[in-house]
Formats: sequence, structure tokens, C-alpha cells
Amino acid sequence: MSAILLDPIALILLIPIGAAAVLALLPGYRLTSRLSVLASLMTLLAALSLFTVEPAAPGSYLLVDDLNIVFVVLNTFVGFTTSVFSASYIAHELEIGKLTPLYLRFYHAMYQVLIFAMNLALVANNIGLMWVAIELATLTTVLMVGIYRTHEALEAAWKYFILGSVGIALALFGTILVYLAAQPVVGEGLNGMVWTVLIERVAEFDSALLNVAFVFLLLGYGTKVGLAPLHAWLPDAHAEGPTPISAVLSGLLLNVALYAVLRFKMLLAGNAGAIAPGPLLVTMGLTSLIFAAFMLYRRRDVKRLFAYSSIEHMGIIAFAFGMGGPLANFAGLLHMVMHSLTKSAIFFAVGHIAQVKGTQKIADISGLTATHPWLGWGLTLGVLAIAGLPPLGMFMTEFLIVSSTFARNPWLALPLVLGLIIAFGALLLRLNGLAFGEPRGSTAPAKASYVPMFAHLALVLVAGIFLPAPLVAWFQHVASLLG
Amino acid sequence: MDRLIFDIAHLLAASLVLISFVQLYQDRLYALLNTFALHAFMLSCSVAWQAFIQDAPHLYITAAIALVFKAIFIPVALHRIIQRLGIHREIETVVGIGVTMLAGIALVALSMVVMLQVTTEAEPLAREDLAFALAVILLGLLLMVSRRNAVSQVVGFMSLENGLVLAATGARGMPLVVEFSVAFSILIAFVVIGIFLFRIRERFDTVDVHVLDRHRGER
Repeated sequence: MSAILLDPIALILLIPIGAAAVLALLPGYRLTSRLSVLASLMTLLAALSLFTVEPAAPGSYLLVDDLNIVFVVLNTFVGFTTSVFSASYIAHELEIGKLTPLYLRFYHAMYQVLIFAMNLALVANNIGLMWVAIELATLTTVLMVGIYRTHEALEAAWKYFILGSVGIALALFGTILVYLAAQPVVGEGLNGMVWTVLIERVAEFDSALLNVAFVFLLLGYGTKVGLAPLHAWLPDAHAEGPTPISAVLSGLLLNVALYAVLRFKMLLAGNAGAIAPGPLLVTMGLTSLIFAAFMLYRRRDVKRLFAYSSIEHMGIIAFAFGMGGPLANFAGLLHMVMHSLTKSAIFFAVGHIAQVKGTQKIADISGLTATHPWLGWGLTLGVLAIAGLPPLGMFMTEFLIVSSTFARNPWLALPLVLGLIIAFGALLLRLNGLAFGEPRGSTAPAKASYVPMFAHLALVLVAGIFLPAPLVAWFQHVASLLG
Repeated sequence: MDRLIFDIAHLLAASLVLISFVQLYQDRLYALLNTFALHAFMLSCSVAWQAFIQDAPHLYITAAIALVFKAIFIPVALHRIIQRLGIHREIETVVGIGVTMLAGIALVALSMVVMLQVTTEAEPLAREDLAFALAVILLGLLLMVSRRNAVSQVVGFMSLENGLVLAATGARGMPLVVEFSVAFSILIAFVVIGIFLFRIRERFDTVDVHVLDRHRGER
């Protein structure tokens, strides 16, 4: 028993799920929001302690390796800061009567279930278990997106549910096909689903079956990543749910789905006869990037604007992993981390702004830097980062992606750079309207918690200027694993 | 004897595809639910037969879940919901029945071509099963996109999941995780959908998804 309590892998799963049970039972929203923050902090500490202990031999279900440890730490960190943001955001929703205390209890419990599901998906060593975890994460977010019960929220949740379920069903079919490919080689039973066993023996698998499996997995998990043309659920779900959920969706859940795709990409790379997954990812990535870049111009809702920007960045990341090679993989990984931090920081700012102004319409928000300097400048910094301006972190990663593409295939770099520039223009245009100019709307002071937002932005800034050598070495090592 | 075993498995899986086709042209909700119940019943028979020939007793549990939960419980519950909402009128289909059926035939042909080509190494039983399963999945998808009514979309989704169960049981020795997770996900899906339907009923007095679409997007 004590062995389990000291095992960090068990802890990052047990703390959130235990907290969810407690939070569902406890009355009193002040207490529950504090408990939620505490539980998230403990999960983060447990995740950090993964670095200190010698990784155990991978079991049939759970695994910690150099790839997923990065994602687990990122996941729990953003999970913690978002829970801090949630506490002030949701308290305000309660004040203005958008939510009742009962829903609040439900919200905090569901939030912890979501963190649990994402952590489980990341540390799963079993492709069946990973599927179950991603399914659970989808269902919890569906419930959270629909929590306001307005027309728009219900439509968004319904659309998300239907598209997400179809995606997840296709992914399960892909998972079954992977098992079928593995079964003649590794034998019947549990072993056929254990990722570490699969990756060892994958060279002997039937390549044709693996190819079809990967197409289903890419379509299935790709729907969850929000790659065009499978993105239809994403803007609605971001715009209509509570803002902390938008932050977690963009910052974390998309990453988790992409992580699943990466695991299967590694599997395919190990089989000589299988198709190269690169071109598929490059195509979907470029489509998403260019499509989203143009769509950015036509947004009138601020949360939708940043939802499309998430599609754009997922496209860039998919492109980077599709190109492959140590440099592009390194840049892709780092871009994932930077995007998570920046996008959730932007949503923290946007959440408070929308609460102060009482609207999400871009046309009704203006001159933020004059009326709410902290929020306005925070948003400005975040948007500059997401647009890829130096010296912030995403400039470096985008630069690496573009330059490595130029070196290997200049023709592919052309649409990539085009997409980046188009998106850059759209974001600056909208930012100009939001942050500067004649103030419009309410000028009431915001009761906001700025710490999570500026903590994220500071990390992005520091990463852009100086990355510690051990961190670079670590990411390079992980990039080489991805092939 | 081997021949007979194969033929019965083939017959059961193929009848699932057939019932999927029957679902495509149902234009009343009650009739659609009844065909879904039949679909789930056939699935349960097919899974039970697989359990018998693979000598895998745990598959009987999956068969029992399909029978009790999907063939009886869900159709009855959905009947009640439809009754309470008073929507037992015709289903509006997006495109005509003829076009839908033709699309269905194309999808079945597609799944045969794809699956039979890539599984030349696998044993014949699993191979046929998988081709049929993919056909059922694609027909379920077709049902979902060709309907606008929330209840029939849910039925489409459930018949899609039936196809997944068929695929999972056809793969010999597939770990328990998957069967259980599929059954579990259906349970949750139903709960979620139940909540949704009630909320939608509360807010809109209709379960026609088209009414939802009116509220779409950029305000």
C-alpha cells in the first residue's frame, strides 16, 4: 500500500480522481475551488517527482518514458494554473448568476476527472487503455462545454459530442487493426496491445494492415487534434464553454490527441514496408494552417478567433512532425509546449476581458490597454507571442521549422511561410482593435488573478531568449526518439 | 464441421450489414428503433457464436450486454423519450432514400475492397468479419449524416458501435479491455445523450438538430 502511495505514476492518477470524488460530495463553492487548486498543485508536484525517481520497468498498462514525461509535466502545470484561474473566473460567473452553486460543484469535480483522463492517456502503455482515457476526456469536456445550457452552448456540445464520438470510433477501429497486425507475431491476448511490446516487434508486422490502421487512427485522433477538415467542432466548443475549459482544450487536450498520433507514427516508422506517415501529416498540417489563417480574418467573436489560431498552430506542429528529422521534431515538440503555455495565457486574459465587458464580440471591445492595463498588455504580449514575434518562444520554434524545411524541401516552405504571414497579419489586425484605440464598453475594474497569465508569458519569454542546456539536450533526445 | 462454423459466422455478420441497410430507409422513428433492436440482437448472436467457436467464455458477457442493454433497454428507453416528446412523426432525411441506398452500396463495396486486400495474411474468418464490420461502421456513419433528427443520429452512432464490437470480437484473443470499454462507452454515451435530449427538450421543445443549427456560430 505504501509503495503505491509513494509511486509518482500512481499519484498523478490517484490525486485527481480522488479529488473529483471529494469535490463532487462537498458543498460550499469557496472550499471546493480551493481544494481543486490544492489537488492540482499536488498533482503537479507528483509529476515533477517523476524526474527524481528511477523509472520503473513498463508494465502492461502504465509507462513513463522520456517522451511522455514532458507532456505529463506540461499537463499538470497548465492544469494547476488553470485551476487557479478557474477559481476567480467561476466565482464571477456565480455572482452574475450564469451558474448555480450546484453546477459549480459539478464543474470542479469534472475538471479533476478531465485532468485524470488526460494524465492516464499520457502514461498509458496500452493502446486500448489510451483509447479509453481519451474517450473519457472527450465525454467530460462535452459536459463542460454544455454547462451554460444556452442555445449556443448546447449546439456546440452536441456537435462536439457527435464529431468527437465518430472520431473516437474510427480511432478504436484503427486500434483493433493494430492488434490484428500484432496478433500473429506477439501472440493472442494482452501483449498485442502493449505499446512497448509492439514497438519492439513492429518490424515483423503485416505492413498493409498497419497502413490501413494508421489512416483510421489519424482520422480518428486527428478529429480530436482539430486538424482541417475535421475541425468543425473546435471553434464552437471553444467559444461557448467556460473560458477555463477553452484554455484546457486548446492547451492540453489537443496536445494529448496529437501525442496519441505521435505514438502510432513511431510504430509505423519501425516497419520498413509501411507507408511513411510524414506526407499525410504534412498535408493535413498545411491544410489546417492555411485554412485557419484565412478564417482568422473573418472572426467576430474573440474566443472563436483564438480557437482558429489553435487550429493554425496544431497545423504547424503536425507539419513539423510530418517533416521529421531531429531538427523539425525538436522544433515541433518545443512549439507544442510554447503553444500550450501561450494559448492558455491568452484565454486567461480573454476570460477576464469578456467578463468585464460582458461580451465576446470583437467589435464591442476596444482600448483595453488604456482601461485595463494589466489585461490589455497581457493580451498584447500573448498575441505577439502567438503571432511569432521575436524574442518570444514561438519565434524561435517557427524559425527552426521554416529553416529546416527550407534546407530539405524549399517548395514546402513556401506555403508554410505564406500561412504564417497571413495568420500574423490577421492576429495583429485584431489585436490592434482589441488593445488600442478609443475605449469601448464597460471600464469597471476587473477582479482578476493575473498570476497564472503572467507566469505562462514569463516562461514563454524566457524560453525565447535563453533555453538551459540540459533542457535543450532533453528535447533533442526526445526528438531523436520520434525518428 | 469447419465449413459450417465459418458459414454461420458469415451469415450472422452479413445479416448485420443487411439490417444496417434496412435502417437506412426507415422513415419513422419507432420503426428505426425496432430495426436497431434487431441489429443489436443479431450482434449478440454473432458475438455469442464467436465466443463458442473461439472457446472464449468472456465474450458471452459481451453478447449478454449487447442483448440486454442494446437490444432491450435502450430501445425501450428511447421509445419512452420519443413518446414523451411527442415526435413520433416522420423522419426528415437529408437526401432521398435512393441516393442513400446507392451510397450505402458503394460504402460496402469500398470496405470489401479495402479490408480483403490488406488482410490476405489473416485467417479467413477474421478477415470476412472485419470486412463486414467496416461496412457496418460506414453504414452507421451514413445513417448519422443522412438524418437530422437527434434520436436517429444517436441510433446511427449506436449501430456504428455495433460494428466496432463485431470487429473486436472477430479478432481472436483481443484483450478484454476493448470489449469492456466499448460496452462502457455505450453506457456513458447513453447517459450523456439522455441528458442532452432532456436539455434540448427543455430549451427548444424539439429534438430536431436543425433547430439547433439556427443558433449557430457568429452572433
